[in-house]
Amino acid sequence: MSALDAVTLAVLKGRLEQVADEMDATLYRSAFNPIIAEARDACHGLYHAETGATLVQGTKGLPIFVGAMSFAVQAVIRRVQAGAGLEPGDTFLFNDPYEGGTHLNDFRLVRPLFREGRLFCWLASVGHWLDIGGNVPGNYNPRATESHQEGVRIPPVKLIRAGVMQQDILDILAANSRVPQSNWGDLNGQLNALDLGERRLHALLDEHGEAKLHAAFDLLADRAAALMEAEIRTLPEGAHVFEDYLDNDGVTDERLTIALDMTVADGVLTLDFSRSSGACLGPINISEATTVAACYVALKHAFPDVPANAGVLRPTRFVIPDGSLLGARAPRPVAGYTETILRLIGVILGALGRAVPARATAAPFGTINALSLSGQRGDGTRWVMFSFFGGGLGGNPESDGLHHANNPISTATIPPAEILEAAYPVMFTQWALRPDSGGPGLHRGGVGAVYEIEALSPGVTEVALLGERGRYAPFGVNGGGDAALNRFAWQTDAGWESPPMASKVVGVKISAGQRVRLESPGGGGWGDPMQRPRELIARDIRLGHVSPAAAMRDYGYAP
Amino acid sequence: MIVGVDVGGTFTDLFLCDPGTQRFRTAKVPSNRGDEAVGFMNGLRALGGPAGFEAIVHGTTVGTNALLERKGAKLGVITTQGFRDVLEMRRRDRRHTWGLWGDFTPIADRDLRAEVAERTLADGTVRTTVDAAAVQAAARDLLARGAEACAIVFINSYANPANERAAAAAVRAMWPNPHVSVSSEILPEIREFERASTTALNAYLQPVVAGYLGKLEAALGDAGFGGRFHIVQSNGGIMSTATARGVPVRTALSGPAAGVIAAAAIARAAGFDNAITCDLGGTSFDVSLVTGGRMALAAQATIDFGIVIRSPMIEITTIGAGGGSIAHVDRGGLLQVGPESAGSRPGPVCYGQGGTRPTLTDANLVLGRINAERPIGGALSRLDTEGAKAAIAAHVGAPLGLDAMAAAEAIVRVANARMAGAIRLVSIERGHDPQRFAALPFGGGGALHVGALIKEVGLGAALVPRFPGVTSALGCVIADVRHDQVRTLNLSLDTLDTAALDARMVAEATAARAVVEAAGLPVSRIEIRFELDMHYAGQTHTVGVPLPLHVMGGTTGVSRAIILSAFEAAYAQAFSRLLPGLPVRIVTLRTAAIGVRPDFDLAALAPPAGATVEGAARGARQVWFDGAWHAATVWSRLDLPVGARIHGPAILEQPDATVVVDPGLVARVDGLGNLVIERE
Repeated sequence: MSALDAVTLAVLKGRLEQVADEMDATLYRSAFNPIIAEARDACHGLYHAETGATLVQGTKGLPIFVGAMSFAVQAVIRRVQAGAGLEPGDTFLFNDPYEGGTHLNDFRLVRPLFREGRLFCWLASVGHWLDIGGNVPGNYNPRATESHQEGVRIPPVKLIRAGVMQQDILDILAANSRVPQSNWGDLNGQLNALDLGERRLHALLDEHGEAKLHAAFDLLADRAAALMEAEIRTLPEGAHVFEDYLDNDGVTDERLTIALDMTVADGVLTLDFSRSSGACLGPINISEATTVAACYVALKHAFPDVPANAGVLRPTRFVIPDGSLLGARAPRPVAGYTETILRLIGVILGALGRAVPARATAAPFGTINALSLSGQRGDGTRWVMFSFFGGGLGGNPESDGLHHANNPISTATIPPAEILEAAYPVMFTQWALRPDSGGPGLHRGGVGAVYEIEALSPGVTEVALLGERGRYAPFGVNGGGDAALNRFAWQTDAGWESPPMASKVVGVKISAGQRVRLESPGGGGWGDPMQRPRELIARDIRLGHVSPAAAMRDYGYAP
Repeated sequence: MIVGVDVGGTFTDLFLCDPGTQRFRTAKVPSNRGDEAVGFMNGLRALGGPAGFEAIVHGTTVGTNALLERKGAKLGVITTQGFRDVLEMRRRDRRHTWGLWGDFTPIADRDLRAEVAERTLADGTVRTTVDAAAVQAAARDLLARGAEACAIVFINSYANPANERAAAAAVRAMWPNPHVSVSSEILPEIREFERASTTALNAYLQPVVAGYLGKLEAALGDAGFGGRFHIVQSNGGIMSTATARGVPVRTALSGPAAGVIAAAAIARAAGFDNAITCDLGGTSFDVSLVTGGRMALAAQATIDFGIVIRSPMIEITTIGAGGGSIAHVDRGGLLQVGPESAGSRPGPVCYGQGGTRPTLTDANLVLGRINAERPIGGALSRLDTEGAKAAIAAHVGAPLGLDAMAAAEAIVRVANARMAGAIRLVSIERGHDPQRFAALPFGGGGALHVGALIKEVGLGAALVPRFPGVTSALGCVIADVRHDQVRTLNLSLDTLDTAALDARMVAEATAARAVVEAAGLPVSRIEIRFELDMHYAGQTHTVGVPLPLHVMGGTTGVSRAIILSAFEAAYAQAFSRLLPGLPVRIVTLRTAAIGVRPDFDLAALAPPAGATVEGAARGARQVWFDGAWHAATVWSRLDLPVGARIHGPAILEQPDATVVVDPGLVARVDGLGNLVIERE
């Protein structure tokens, strides 16, 4: 490793992050589907030429990809070594979740960056495409029992071969989606981002040279590892245990356990998930790559100052049983991976909170509530309104939890009701905060939301939901109480109905004038509710976040 | 005689010019935080006014401060049943990408947000008509709860404002003051959170800004001022005080906008069509882009988490790196400068006011770049170099294994890198070649760093105005009158009714022009600019598409072909790939009327004839560059004649700024008295 002074290093770090940030921004602005354009379900970065380790990642990309992308690049490296070969101008494309983590909708583009005929590093882009076949539009099929029902699976293939776009691959992709035009737009956006990243990185290399950049990559990883180790050393040595549950897998109505034995010893953090459930029939399995990525997200939230590169994982060890719920293999279905990683992240926050109660964070709402409404317009064309919804964050040492936030795995903004109403035959009758949904505490959990939607389409409107937290509430910490459960219901001619499997349902049909109602959980409470200042409880009642009855029950408060 | 008044946090700067004789004068008086009118009137008196002045143009931070400090009115909101929480739910974001702590308090409490039964659908159909009596009952309840201002925001009112207008009439008939803001009047654009936030912030500011303007107008009247009084808007244009009372939300960036206006004019006059303005303050570094002589406007700005204003504003990128930014070594061993700041109290270590942690200013002092005997601003008599050096050695040098000088240089380099990053954000990242741009520093501190920025970013040159400290006040005097309007259309280009669009454009232009004419300032002509927000069907983000059209003979001559070719040009500029064959949509029409003011000849600012290079020489002093002391020549900048060339290393001093010319660079005085710094 060549010596690089601290100042040049700081300069290069900023320049490199800017390259990745700019790639993110390019894709958000030119993407077609709102899950990338508005919800920013995408990520870009630079990866190590030999190991695929994350060198630099955008600061705005979807947090879960920050860890997962490295596995995607490793999958491409294996493919190259297995005979696919590599030359300048190649770009790989794939969505295989067992190789690259997450789920089938996430399409990864991986491109080598050559300098004078030698591979310098990899550039990669990932984005969530709207639909890639399978049984359910949008691919969140809560009843899938194997990957093939969820959508088309593409292994790492050369989409661009020495600069030449492979039209036959584009044709295969187009034939396997309900919305080929949207996917084509998103693919172009990702290519825009890679083109731009390549130009910027060449300019940086022209200016500073390969050796200096290599040295910077090594030093940045070393420093991330050192910072992470310093954080780990602030935790008390020994074992810290936490577990939490998923309602069910959407197919079999049995709870699933995520159990963590976290050990701190000599600056090394071991996360052992051996006591967790085995693989399930339904679509909430996750691959090992996804599990590691989710752990990374949890650690980054707990220690936000640690930089985003592979060095963070150096002082950590993982025990993930092969073939289990958290180490699933093909063709176990994985579309609902978000629910599992949200629970996993909560479990890590819970264990860290037990280790250092003063820095504990109560559970966030913990479900993405992937809700789809779909039908046919008067002219026979199909419409699919697909969105994720918000909830409350947990109370914490600094403040009450934030109301109506996005999930820890995401930085997504929600599409405005007016945009959804302009695009689809629906009308929101309520878009509101949900009283009494935040866990009571010295610092109260943030409240979730109520979304009530009326169907305007003259025909049938089909409804599907993949959610969680219908039976196991977001937990409080340090004596704080749990938040409210997730609730979903729809109107029928006979009155309101709810899903037998709590928050997972598919194939519901409503007609014009009938409504669906989603009530999301808040976050857990932090600290003893009895210690909450009386004037803050009175304020919560005045603002309607806590009802007088709940104030009496949870806080022992009477005006 | 026209006077520009810029009220800053510490000083109030004034610039007076006589358009007839092209003569000017400046004044600087202390500001009075909390009662800005005092400094304002003191400054006018210092210039011999205000009686006899024809016009006063004011860049104000009263609105900005009320937003940042949450000191607006107690606000009531009336909205559609089911939607009272829109302001508090935001767009479901959180404060930071990483870290889950922190909460949010909206500007209107939940019990002051009332709902009424009414509903308009996305296509404009009124599904439930609003009941005026119910609206008045809600308004009475808000008043009883202490509301001082009222915002009315109904869902889909951008598509049909009928219900909202009926509600507004009902409220205005009984509200005890004029502070009622209505979303379809403020921002008839789709997206309920952005429209609600902008409307609510407008109402929140109405009493504050109206009160401030009322106070100024009364004081001006008492002092015998009989001319016109105008306010600079965030969009870089000026508006009448009557307009400002109605849409105070357009003053959010009034102060900074004035500076950018002048910077753009100075750059143009000096022959630089492309410039990046840099304002280095105590805690932040603000940059803004000028291309082709024009300021870049952003469609919206986030003032703070959850506090969003959607209205055309000068695009200012701010990073937390200023003179007071604290340097420290983090636990990973990396040197950081900012965002934490020592502020003005205790301030940098060298101020001797109790600061113990080294700042960028301390580093500049230790390196000899700032003159310890002549602090800028005049509040301190001298600066403590040894104290600064000791703090740098302890907090930065020791952990990094560097001596104090190397550590001080490292602090400046890291700060330069962060400033360079901000410049890259607005230039390279948007596809602009930095070689074609000049950095234009204004305010006191920027000129210390421009040389490094030339090298770091690859800028073509730096242009230091002759009077950096009064740039904002100058901007007030030369700003155009401007009025922006926006309207959501949601049309498909394939099935476009061009006659209807043409009629809409003409109507928008007529209305915008009327506002500019009513401002009553002399203008040489009124320009109308049309821009469409467009995208391929299916995309949610849009690109701004300027239309090369003017209203002539009651028509704009708009056609589908003109729109399509303008769209493809704008799209290709923003992204590398066009998507031919996909349907194209028009989302929003933006119309701006610009009253172009008569030119002020900046040659009036040029150095007087008779100045000589010798007369400006002030000897030499030791300044640290690139790891060693160098003998840098020192000059009195304002005494240099036109055409003077000063080779780096050199320091140019003037009362309100210090200019550093790094080794390898040369500064020359141009015909207008600006310093142009370039590579040798």
